Amino acid sequence: MTTLQLDAKLELGPLALDLHLVTRARRVVVDGPSGSGKSTCLRILAGLEPAAQGKLVIDGNVWMDSAARVHVPAWQRRVGWVPQDALLFPHRRVRANLAYAAPDDAALHDVARLLRVEPLLDRLPRNLSGGERQRVALGRALLARPRLLLLDEPFAALDAPLRTELAAALAEHCTEHDLAVVLVTHDTAAAEALDGEHWTLSGGRIAPR
Amino acid sequence: MIDPASAIRLSLIVGLWCAVVGFPVAVGVGWVLARKRFVGRTLLVTLLLVPLVLPPVVTGYLLLRFFGREGPLAALDLDIPFTLAGAVVAAFVVGLPLYVMAARHAFEAVDPRYEEVSWTLGVPPWRTFLRITFPLAAPGLAAGAVLSFARALGEFGATAVLAGNVEGRTRTIALAVYTLLESPGGEDGIGVLLWASIAISLAAIAGYEWFNRWQRRRLDEPRRRGR
Repeated sequence: MTTLQLDAKLELGPLALDLHLVTRARRVVVDGPSGSGKSTCLRILAGLEPAAQGKLVIDGNVWMDSAARVHVPAWQRRVGWVPQDALLFPHRRVRANLAYAAPDDAALHDVARLLRVEPLLDRLPRNLSGGERQRVALGRALLARPRLLLLDEPFAALDAPLRTELAAALAEHCTEHDLAVVLVTHDTAAAEALDGEHWTLSGGRIAPR
Repeated sequence: MIDPASAIRLSLIVGLWCAVVGFPVAVGVGWVLARKRFVGRTLLVTLLLVPLVLPPVVTGYLLLRFFGREGPLAALDLDIPFTLAGAVVAAFVVGLPLYVMAARHAFEAVDPRYEEVSWTLGVPPWRTFLRITFPLAAPGLAAGAVLSFARALGEFGATAVLAGNVEGRTRTIALAVYTLLESPGGEDGIGVLLWASIAISLAAIAGYEWFNRWQRRRLDEPRRRGR
């Protein structure tokens, strides 16, 4: 079955996107030059760009069909969106960030262990490094039991060895939970570790590499 | 005869009522102005700011007409003019623009992408507001409440017209000081009121600053500090 079918048009100031992407792959890696709209592409998938026109089908579920006036809101899509700057809730400690949508405490500790953030659970986000914040944001997204994981340069702030190791751990986790992933990255090592189908976004259009 | 304790008590009551009654209004309108774009938004902002620039005596007169025997609310028999409720209404209306604008800034300071993250985690907008937006804006909203309280303390013109200057009922600190200054030898009696005004005002300003600093600290992320 097709995992992801996206036909979307969106104009945001100077950015004009006309995206056509159909794939059966469970893991998709999107790269492309800065400012090409990769993050916006993830936002369309997450349901955060209501101005986008077109059609979006994930695992047979229609999330957007502007002709039929269908737009499943972001809170009903069950996506795990990890933005580039993590956006941890600044008033909640790491534990509370992870617990925000976590089903239970055991799952929280499993994910905290997977991402090596267990020692950070009682810290506030402002006391974390960039890499730590990204890992917590990834954990928070995983704990919401998403159907689709949307990762925007999630390993950018990590050291190279940890980056590869975590990408491999994430790939294993996604296989185990049959979780579809769209990863936006410039990082070749992380992309290889995730072992996904490569697409390139440039000039407002997306094409397989 | 002027009772300074009564004037101080009435001023505090009026200020606290303004802060409490105005809270839901400031939160609602402040949030709408910070997050929504709609036709008539500029008109709403203009109308909200009118009491800030209108002479308070004129505001008081308009309120008197509005709540008076021939006003549109006459049938409700609200008993507003020349009562403590009138003093609260006058101070509330004059201070509301400051309250709403403080609330608007408190909400604008919260990055809307926090709300988007919460939505993607399956939490709908109303619960996201309660769990993310409101707690992050809360110190700024409290600063707005303090500002509204402080503005109510200084209110004179609108209160005098709508609520009058009735000892023990509507004579707040500002009205009591004015009455004393108008009375022969009254100046000698303003000491307590003067010091009370200064003390309450300084406490309010300190509270306002403290809440604002708390919000900045709360929203402060390492990225913004350049780490």
